[in-house]
Amino acid sequence: MPFIPHTPQELREMLAVVGVRSLDDLFADIPPDMRPKHFNLPKGQSEAAVCAMFEKLAAKNRPGMTSFLGAGFYAHHIPKAVDALAGRSEFYTAYTPYQSECSQGTLQAVFEFQTAVSRLLEMDCANASVYDGGTALFEGAMMAVRATRRRALVVDEAVNPVWRAMLATYCAGLQLTIKTIPQKNGMSRSEALSAAVNEDCAAVIVQNPNFFGVVADYAGVFAAARENGAFGIISVYPVMQAVLKTPGEMGADVAVAEGQSLGQPLSFGGPWLGLMSCRKEHTRQLPGRIVGRTTDDDSNTGYVLTLQAREQHIRRAKATSNICSNQALCALRALIHLSLLGPDGLVRQAEHGMALARFAAGRLTALRGVELLNDAPFGNEVAMRLPKDAEGLVAGLMDRGCVPGYPVGRHYPGMENVLLLACTEANSRNQIELLAEELGDML
Amino acid sequence: MSNNPTELLYSRTHEWARLEGEEAVIGITWFAQKSLGDITYVELPRAGDRLTAGTEFGSVESVKAASDLISPVNGVVVAVNTALENAPETLNTAPFGDGWLARVKLADNPKDLMAAAAYEAFCAAEKH
Repeated sequence: MPFIPHTPQELREMLAVVGVRSLDDLFADIPPDMRPKHFNLPKGQSEAAVCAMFEKLAAKNRPGMTSFLGAGFYAHHIPKAVDALAGRSEFYTAYTPYQSECSQGTLQAVFEFQTAVSRLLEMDCANASVYDGGTALFEGAMMAVRATRRRALVVDEAVNPVWRAMLATYCAGLQLTIKTIPQKNGMSRSEALSAAVNEDCAAVIVQNPNFFGVVADYAGVFAAARENGAFGIISVYPVMQAVLKTPGEMGADVAVAEGQSLGQPLSFGGPWLGLMSCRKEHTRQLPGRIVGRTTDDDSNTGYVLTLQAREQHIRRAKATSNICSNQALCALRALIHLSLLGPDGLVRQAEHGMALARFAAGRLTALRGVELLNDAPFGNEVAMRLPKDAEGLVAGLMDRGCVPGYPVGRHYPGMENVLLLACTEANSRNQIELLAEELGDML
Repeated sequence: MSNNPTELLYSRTHEWARLEGEEAVIGITWFAQKSLGDITYVELPRAGDRLTAGTEFGSVESVKAASDLISPVNGVVVAVNTALENAPETLNTAPFGDGWLARVKLADNPKDLMAAAAYEAFCAAEKH
């Protein structure tokens, strides 16, 4: 069986049907100088040669490294049962559950996932997930833009810069204005955020803990948003929600999160999992899939894709977003992960990371020239000012088998000496002792 | 049995208009709600919105479909029936009464609308 789908004979037949002589004739409308000259691809190789090439590339990875890298994505222990259960073929090979009669297992799993997300964030409803946390943040902003018919967004500079970059990129063609409120020493400025919300503002967007690990209560900011008819949108780190004041308690209209830390490995950039939830009155604005529970004529429980009439496959032009899919398998992993940990387990996980981060902050600030960036409360992640350029220190420590954290200056000019260090249950006190030793050596 | 009230004007897209001086109240017809089935959501315009006859001003969702609402008149919305937000099924039970959608200050006299008898004939033809 040929792996190239079209034989020269088939190509000739198809071109004849269309009424052109060659493939190039199909692109006659594109000026020749605007067509690609070549695709810059190497010649075909044998399977063995390709495997050898990738093994050589993979050998450059250094999997045994001690890491305190966070900045939005966190190394957590994933119970083996997550892989075992999510790998069952019923889930692993399932296609989109349009025909609910055949997809009750998948639909129930998504419904339970939505329930878990709603409970974790204390919001009224959640969707079946979107691609990642950054996409969720943008879709949340679009919910606000649609509902308020306003075109300005107020964004805290301490929202993860990756997600802010995604927001700006997604918004580029939409005639939206984004006003960024500068952070101060890694702390979000609630008064300035509240003051920036006016009658042109669709939403104010914050993050908790913020990019610098700082924990704050944004209830006042959201109250100011509501007074001005704007949405309060918050992006959160889901694990920390077990111990922090939740988006629901703060009065957020939309709460989103990167769900990676719930059962997804850090596999070089994805697949990730965007969590989206909102208050009941905004349910109609929630994009993507939503699974509902109902009963059939015989009073049996049934699960269905609901609120579908406005969805893309039915009503393309009026769809609430371009998203008509979800991260079903990642959502299932998150659900299994959450159910294995349970509410108490999640609290212990969050507390463990916070305790370790405090321990690390104490050990490192004991070194000469190292100090905390601010004295605000922090979660499992903490920003420290070093006496040297953080990027250089990270590079140096990596040679000694340790990634001490994230150099903040990559995104925040003027903060080149700031290191962001994250701890989870995947770290130990012993690792922190070693880090302090190595770092002290290099300063 | 549809009982299209004779004091109303009807559009080919199954909306009605009741003229009251310089204003008109608009809604969808009994035929429309019957065709849609159980209505689950209504997306209404907002006060101050400018409506143009023949163009969309909102939508209705039913268990079967989502359909655009097409304005039968030109004008500016002065009031909307916000009660429908929590009770969209009123469109099924009282399309000509409590299920009204919006009150519009007319920009001109409505054109190309049908009287009840003509509309009934139109619906009968459309069914076949």
